[in-house]
Parts: sequence; structure tokens; C-alpha cells
Amino acid sequence: MRNEMTLVRTQKLFKYFNVSGGLLDQLSVQNGRLKRQVDLVKALNGIDLSVHSGEVLCLVGESGCGKTTVGRTIMGLLPPSSGEISYRGERIDHLSRSRLLPYRQKMQMIFQNSYASLNPRKTVSATLLEPVRFHNPRHSTAELKEKVKEVMESVGIDPKWGARYSHEISGGQRQRISIARALMVDPEFIVADEPISALDVSIQAQILNLLGDAREQRGLTYLFITHDLSVVEHFGTRVAVMYLGRICEVGKTSEIFGAPRHPYTQALLSAIPKLGKQKSPHIRMRGEVPTAIDLPSGCVFHNRCAHAKEICKTDVPELKNESSEAQVACHGIEHSWF
Amino acid sequence: MTLLNIENLEVTFPLRSGSVTAIRDVSFTVDQGERIGIVGESGAGKSVSAFAILNLISKPGYISGGRIEFDGTLLSELDESTMQQIRGNRISMIFQDPMMTLNPVLSIGTQMEESILAHRKISRAEARNIAVDKLRAVQIPSAQKRLKQYPHELSGGMRQRVVIAIALLTDPQLIIADEPTTALDVTIQAEILELLQNLCNEFNVGLILITHDLGVVSQVTQKIIVMYAGAIIEQGDTENIVTRPKHHYTRGLLKALPENTTPGEKLNQINGVMPTLQDIPHGCLFHNRCDMVKDVCRKVQPNLQGIASHSVACHFPISYEE
Repeated sequence: MRNEMTLVRTQKLFKYFNVSGGLLDQLSVQNGRLKRQVDLVKALNGIDLSVHSGEVLCLVGESGCGKTTVGRTIMGLLPPSSGEISYRGERIDHLSRSRLLPYRQKMQMIFQNSYASLNPRKTVSATLLEPVRFHNPRHSTAELKEKVKEVMESVGIDPKWGARYSHEISGGQRQRISIARALMVDPEFIVADEPISALDVSIQAQILNLLGDAREQRGLTYLFITHDLSVVEHFGTRVAVMYLGRICEVGKTSEIFGAPRHPYTQALLSAIPKLGKQKSPHIRMRGEVPTAIDLPSGCVFHNRCAHAKEICKTDVPELKNESSEAQVACHGIEHSWF
Repeated sequence: MTLLNIENLEVTFPLRSGSVTAIRDVSFTVDQGERIGIVGESGAGKSVSAFAILNLISKPGYISGGRIEFDGTLLSELDESTMQQIRGNRISMIFQDPMMTLNPVLSIGTQMEESILAHRKISRAEARNIAVDKLRAVQIPSAQKRLKQYPHELSGGMRQRVVIAIALLTDPQLIIADEPTTALDVTIQAEILELLQNLCNEFNVGLILITHDLGVVSQVTQKIIVMYAGAIIEQGDTENIVTRPKHHYTRGLLKALPENTTPGEKLNQINGVMPTLQDIPHGCLFHNRCDMVKDVCRKVQPNLQGIASHSVACHFPISYEE
């Protein structure tokens, strides 16, 4: 039943955060002249990403690379600095709040920390009722109660727990409630931002299975943001690897894990701790991740890359099609140096 | 030679609602230069076991039973001032979050010098030389310059390297590392783990690595201890635990790992949650989550049985055909 229709698409998405403070903080005197300097964190630098209907697109990368910013920008929680976001072909990034509402119902988000994302002063059933009441005020109370019961059962929570508060519930169960809240409005697309990172190992498998079941039963599409690569290999249909606000490689999970092309992807995958003895030593990268405030020129990865040449310092590599499914942004691969 | 010998350790926290035993009957040894890992879920008692060694259990908790012997000295009987000569000197500790362990208002150099001067009567210049040495040992580039820097000027990986350098300052015999790479990215985690392993080899330092990540321990350690609800349920050589686990919980944990499942298929999950310390079940600690549970599991608590290279606390341990 899966078709390759694009559900969500971003084009040339940029997001800068101004971290230079107020006007007075920006002013300084240099050589007797007053100078104003604005510091920008360049979190996203031209993200082109398409999420196909029915797939699990995993967005991976190290902390600070902008994965979460992509998710939040797509959800409309952060306005993009420039670029376009479309949902089923309709541009949604410039819509007013009221015109965005129907899309909000179709797009839901699950956060990492269920302590912070559930309201401690609301009972479980009040938490679950809120989004439905907001989006469909015409539902009768009886209908709503039935809906809450049905969704709670589908995420494996006893409906009797509806009267409890979130602090009375363990971490894994709280994450189930976060998932239930997202499912309440019958979404098509869910952004899951590190949904299992805060959970214990034995609970992680439970929640991953739950997310997989929900996808099968409801035909959901996920943008799954995570730093845990072993989860990606298991759960994702496609993977997009991010580094410093840019996508460096996109492709089918099996292809990326089987034969990573981009030097950064290779280094990242070689670092996954595997059970038992280490088979091959991991690829060491030179230096450290540069800050997103002064981004390297050209390819953002050039100062850590073992294959870098002059062109990498000056020209930004574009995401080029390697095959119908895989795209890589690397001069070396484009010009076949290695 | 045995460096650390823990026997029947028990830690109790008296609470208003009645006292809670955080760990029960914990026994293990660490040889000189040996690397062991303690794994378990949060609340299983991993950190409490390690903190007890250094007598760092937060009040009102206290060590209510057992003995801890370190290099011939009974740690459990030492007074606070003698303990201070061991803590941070002969046994060092590395914590999870380097931003919390380093003092943000002191430069790296000052912090390192102070840790040495607390234990040795040498001049500040000599202390500084040792500090530079250790920063080089943990492969920090331009070590001399780093002494003047403050923790916020360093990246997460560099900060954790500094913490490891501090742990090495006094040439300890044992390092206890509590989730040292949990806050780090995978590429940096791989580097830090390799570094820890090499340093322990090079300086013949014992290591107790506490983590929830089975992949991490299996790469670094020679022995693994699996804890569950405050007790050791399985322990043995890393190879044995990872390839032939005998406890149903250990096997469940290993099978739940995505890397042990065909991509796209459902993960093998352990249902339910670990019991809280307030209501430790009768009989086997794991019986309410175990698929193979029988009547005796609900009544009698199994003891750790087996040999040093592999022992398990289970009435019906998993057996493997040779």
C-alpha cells in the first residue's frame, strides 16, 4: 500500500538564531569607531528533505547538528529564516495560525522528555482530551470518552489510569501517554524527537515496538530524530545524515549501513559500539566539530575530512543523486577521488 | 592479585515510609589492572554499589552490612580522614556529566593543581608539570595552553578528557567510571572508551565501568556484572555474558537490542518494568517479567551459583549445548 508520494518536503531551508543579545551587547568600539556585530548560530543551512508517505525517515547526526531544529521548523514551532516547507504539495511555512490549524491536526510531535512535555497539573485523560477538544469542538463527551479509551488501550495503558497525574507514572508509561496524545487527533505525520533516548534499555524495545505497531495500524509516516544509530538500522526505511546544519547523505537504511559513501557517514557508523569484540577500529576524525557560529567555508566537513582538497574549502557540495534512492553531498564522490 | 574485594554489601536508606534496601548481598572482586563492567537499568543499584566503595552514599543512606577490602585495608571501617587519603588518590572517580564535575569558575590548571596538592606535598610548579603530563596522556592537544582555559571553553569530549586526566593525576590503582560516555556523541564516545581502555592497560589501573549500555561494556571490560532491583543476578566473563547469558533477564536485554534483530522485524521486548525498591517481590526478583516462571520462582529467591567465570541467580538458568 506504500506509494512514493511526498508527504512533507523542505526546500532550501535555513534557520539562523540570533545570539548576540540586545543592541548594547552588539556594539563595541574598534579602532576608535563604533561597530555593531551580530552573532548568528547557523543551525540549518539549506536543508532539502522529502518525507515519503508511509515511510520512517530517520534523521541522524551528533548533538548540535540541527536535527531537532529541522523537526521543530517543519512542525511550525520555529519560523524558518528562509526556504519552503510544504505538506502534500501545499506550502505551509507562511500560513497564518488559523489557516495552519488543519495541518497541525495532521502533524503531531513526540518529545524526548515526557516529564517536560506532559502537563503535571493535568490528569492523563485531561491531557489526552485537550487536543481533540481543541481541533474538533463539536464532539460529544461520550464520543470523546470512547476515543480516549480506545487510544489508551492501543498504546497499552489501562484506561483506568485516566485519573492519574503524570508524576504517578513511570518513564516508559509516560512516553506511552505522549504517544497516545499524538495519536488522539488521528495524525498522518509524526515527528518523533529522540522518543526513546531517556528510557531504560528494556523499555526502549517496548516503545519502539509500540511506534511500529501504530505505524502499521494507522498508516503513519514518521520523521524519527535520533542519535542512536543501532535503532535507526532497525527502525528506519530511509536515513538522512546531518552535519552542521546540512544533509550530507540520504538513502535507504540498508544501503547506508551496508555501504556508507560520505566520509562523515563512514566515521559515524564505524563508531557504533557493537556487542563483543571490536571488529575494525573506528575511523578517527581530525579535530573537533566547528561551532555553528563561524561555519567553515565550502564543505562544512572539510577541516575534519581525510580526503579534503582545495575545492572543498571554497565550494559548497550539492546533494547529488547517486542512484534513484541515494543522494550524497561530497566533491570527492562527485569527482570520484576515492 | 585481588585489588578490591566486596563481600555481601548492603546499603539501606531509612525513609519516613519505612527503610529501603538499595542493594542486597552484593559481592565481587576486581583484580589489579582488571576492567569490570556493572550494567543494569536505572534504579538497579549500579551507582549505589560504586558510591559505597568510596563511602559516598548520600545521607541518610548508610552501609548496613558487608565488608569492602581495598588492597588489604578494610574501607568500611575507616574514619573520614583516612578515607580521604584513599578517595581521589588511590581510587579515582569519573562521573557522567563533565560540566557538573568541573568547577566553572576555576581554570583547568587550578583545578588540576588543587587535586594533586590535596594529596601530595609538592610545589605548585611540580603539580603543574604533572597536570600537563596527564593532559598529554589523554591526548589533549596543546596541553600547556589548556591549563589557562575554563571548562566552558572546551567541547564535551575535551571536558571528559580533562576529567579523566584529573582522575589519573595521583596515579590511582582503581578508577570508578559512572556512565562516563552517556552524555557524549557516538564518535566521541568511541574515542573516550578507547582512551580509557588504553590508559588502564598502560598504567595497570583497575576499572569499574558503570553503564546501561551493553555494547559499551562488552567492548571495554573483561568481566560483566548484571544488576537487577538491587542485587547481582548474573556475573562472569564478558564473552560468556554476551554470547551465552544464563539469566532470562540478561538474555532479554541482549535480544531487545536492535542489532540482534532483523531490520524491520519486531524487537523482542521484556514486558513490564523493574519493581521499585519499596515492593521487592517475594522469590526471584525477576519472576513477574519472566516467560519461564514456575511456582518455585514466586516462593524461593535463587542464590548466585556457578563458577567465577560465570554465575547466575536463577532456578532455571538457560543451558547451552556444547
